[in-house]
This record gives sequence, C-alpha cells and structure tokens, in this order.
Amino acid sequence: MTTTLETPGASTTLPSAGQPGGTPAAGAAAGAAAARSAGASGVRHLVSITDLDRDGMLGIFHLADAFKEVAERPIPRVPALRGKTVATLFFEASTRTRLSFEAAAKRLSADVMSFSASSSSLEKGESLRDTVETIDAMGVDAMIVRHKSSGVPSQVRAWTKASVVNGGDGQHEHPTQALLDCYTIREALLDRTPAGETPPEDLRGMRIAIVGDVRHSRVARSDVLAMTALGAEVVLVGPRTLLPPSLDGWPVKATPDFDGVLDSLDVVYLLRIQRERAQAALLPSMEEYHERFGLTRERAARLDERVLVMHPGPMNRGVEIAPEAADLPSSLITRQVKNGVLIRMAVLFHLLGAGGPLPAGAFGGTESGGGADA
Amino acid sequence: MARPGGRVFVARAQVMDTDEVSRALRRIAHEVIERNHGLAQVAVIGLQTGGVPLAERLVAVLKEIEGAEVPLGTLDVAFYRDDIGLRPVLPEEVTSIPVDLTGATVVLVDDVLFTGRTVRAALDALADYGRARAVQLAVMVDRGHRELPIRPDYVGKNLPTRRDEVVDVTSEGVSIGELVAERSQR
Repeated sequence: MTTTLETPGASTTLPSAGQPGGTPAAGAAAGAAAARSAGASGVRHLVSITDLDRDGMLGIFHLADAFKEVAERPIPRVPALRGKTVATLFFEASTRTRLSFEAAAKRLSADVMSFSASSSSLEKGESLRDTVETIDAMGVDAMIVRHKSSGVPSQVRAWTKASVVNGGDGQHEHPTQALLDCYTIREALLDRTPAGETPPEDLRGMRIAIVGDVRHSRVARSDVLAMTALGAEVVLVGPRTLLPPSLDGWPVKATPDFDGVLDSLDVVYLLRIQRERAQAALLPSMEEYHERFGLTRERAARLDERVLVMHPGPMNRGVEIAPEAADLPSSLITRQVKNGVLIRMAVLFHLLGAGGPLPAGAFGGTESGGGADA
Repeated sequence: MARPGGRVFVARAQVMDTDEVSRALRRIAHEVIERNHGLAQVAVIGLQTGGVPLAERLVAVLKEIEGAEVPLGTLDVAFYRDDIGLRPVLPEEVTSIPVDLTGATVVLVDDVLFTGRTVRAALDALADYGRARAVQLAVMVDRGHRELPIRPDYVGKNLPTRRDEVVDVTSEGVSIGELVAERSQR
C-alpha cells in the first residue's frame, strides 16, 4: 500500500465507546493500515478498504470475474458457502446494499439472517453490543454491519467471532461500494480494449472526478482510497462547504469549478445530495446546486462519449444528475448495481471460503496445478 | 513448478514421454468415437487447469479422425469443492461452457485421477449447466487411491503410486516424483 492515508473527519464516536474493558480494536479503522485483514485469531474482516492492498483488490476483481460467469448460468448459484451463515445487521435503513449482500450470500448457498433496527432503539448504548453478542451466540460466520455512526463495524469485530464486513458506517467508509465502483470502471476499460491488445490491469491513467458532498460521504472516502491505490488520479468537485476541510495526506486535488475540469475527465462520479444539507445552510438550494455541480443536460452534451458516468444510488434526478443524463449510453449506473452482487460474492467467498490470502493479482498458484489432487 | 507450502516438485522418473501421451490421446479419441457411435451430441470439457490442454488436443484429434467440430468447454470446480474452508481454494480460471449441455454426451477430461473429489465436484457443477444425457470421464493417468465411487471411462495409463507421491503431467510428458521443501527454505 503506497498511500497510507489518514481518514479526516472519521470520528469513531460510538454510543458505547466509553465502556471500560471495551475493545483494543476500537478506532482502529481510522488508523489505516492497522486495520489490515486478519486479526490474531485469523478471522478476516473488511472494515476499511485499506484492509485490502492493490493486489488484494485485484484478487477480489478476479474472483468477481469468476462469479460473473456463475451469474450467467441457467442456475446462477454455487454451493461454495453451504453451511455458512451470513447475518445482515442494518442499524440504518438501506434497501439496495442489504438486498445486494443477501443476493450474494444466497448465490453462494449461505444461509442469511436479517436484523434491522429502527435507529431509535439504538440510542441506549448497551443495546448495540447486546445485539451483536446475541446474534454471535446464534452462530454466524459473517456479519454485514451498517450503522449511522462511524467506527461501529470496527468496534463490532471485538464482540464476535464472525468476519465483519462494513456495509457503510456513518461518514467513514463503504468498502464494498468502492470495490464495485473500481471493478465497474475496470470492466468498462476491458470492454473497450481492442482484441489482441493487453487490457489495463488497474485504473492507471484514469482521471476521475467525484462530485458532490464529499465531506459527508463514506462512499467518496472509500472510493478515493481505492481509486488512488489502483493508480487513478482523483479530483474532488463540490461547493467549498461540502469539500473536506483539509486534504492533508490525500493524494487528490479539490476544486469548486466543475466546468473547469469537465473536459479532462474519464469518469464523472456523482454523489447523492441529501436534502438536509440545504437545511443545514451548507447549500443555498437544490436548484442552484444542480446548476453549478449537477450533471446538467448541457454538461452531459459537452462530455466526450467515452466519459463514464457513475452514481452510487439512489439517484436524485434533477439534483445531482439531469433526468436524461442518467440514461446516457456511457452511464454505468445499472452496471454498478449488477456488479455489486458479484463483488459482494467475491468478498464473502474471500472472507469465508477461500481460506488463504488472495493470490497476488491473478489466478494460479494455490491449487496443486500438476494434477496431484485431481 | 512451485507448489503450496513453498514446496517444489522433484521428478524421480518419467513414466510417459510426449509420443506416448500423443498415442494415448489418439487411442482415447478412437474409443470416444467408437463408444458413442460417432460424435453427434458429444461435447468435450477440460477441467481447469491440467485437463484443459489435454481437452484441446483431444478435440483436435477428434476433428482429424472424424472431420467433426466438437464443442469444447473448460470448467473450474473451485466453488463446488468439498474442502472449502479446509485449505485455500480459489478458482484458477473462469469457467467457459459455450453450449447447452442438456441432452449432450459430455466427455470430462482431466490429467490425473486420484481421490476422485475433483470429478465429484465437476459432476455437481455440470448439473448446473443442464441435464447431460451422459457424462464420461477421460484421464491421462489413473493413479488409484480413490475416496469416492468414481471410475474413468477412458484412461491413458494406469499408474500404481504411493499416496505421498506426486504425478505431474506437462507438455513434456508424465513424470512421477515427490514434493520437497525448497532448498532456500530449509
């Protein structure tokens, strides 16, 4: 990992953080490399995208390629995780991420348990820990955790023997989203590589703008880390009120001038704008935001047809993206959703099934090769 | 060739040279044609990774003999193995089965038949691509020590082995030997 990054603004404040004898792991997520994969117990987690280095990400992509073939079969299901149980613990509402994880687990033949809580029931500090320990006692192999507070998945690691996957925590990280975004860009690059030429291995040379509420976005944080680790050049675009207060240690640039960078881009990545940002006086109005930072009809027309348009969903058509721009041929938005399932299958198989480190960048090397075990 | 655990394969003896492998493949091709009364509805599927080059050669020989183009596929059984979680299991290549197998006679090709567990996994995997009329198994070497009731239909060579020996099939032929710790790691 060449980019050892701090995660500014990632406050790991937890409802129950102050517990005595709590967890040494608390707050580790903000400490970048400290969160790297396996703990002492050998259980592996994906709490931060920095749990994977560049080769680890490419290994996940290769696994996802194998699952893409599975998805195209008449029976799109493999028995790889038969007998394993995956629990989704969504303390914050989410439909698509949860469905995506559950579809991934089911296509691997894992059993799925679903826990959702209204955020109000979590105000009592102890209940998060109790919930996790209760579900742990039922015997699960992986917990997918989403929570409105940054650092919860990191904390949960200490309370369970299961592998913990961060399904999005507060303003901290959303690692599977970053993986599926980078996988989708890479897939588009592979598709346009002429036959006979070597396709690019990673995202080297790509110029990506992440546009919108970067400051509050866990998607942006994980994406910056993943995209730059894979060699892309990232520029953050948004009103100054929604850009990070400091870019210290981040290998990215930031600008409030969308039109100034528009012509130099390979990818336009639009973030969802939440209406409460306007209420918090960070934005004048949704209409003005659309004019200055939205992918308007005019900006979409200016874009080269090779420029890829992405969005993590759910979209606010008319705010960050003009209604027609989302349906451009270069829009990857539905492919992102499709690839989300493949990436989550790859992550679950990596954590629960593969049983070893990912091969450096490619297939091969783990099987006995010469038929010793045929 | 590097193997798991940092061990390397050291050949003790060659048991088939390239000519013998070619002749065995040619004989297997004739047996496939004879047994299936031609090649109508026959598809050849190589198991990743050792079976794939042999499957490609088998298809070429079949074409030479019968003049018919037999569909060729490749299958990686990683997601169907019964030892997932017991040892590192990762797919080596993406599976590619270009034809609907419903009603087809599938000739599965692998380099070495040992415990039979890879073939068991392959049979499960094949079922997800359609209901084949029949599945037949062709291997270059049957080395014994089966752990499941699986029997090959076409065999290049029956080779008695010890369990801890390793059989290596490459483009240079077939050899038998052991896995030893790499000198640098001793």
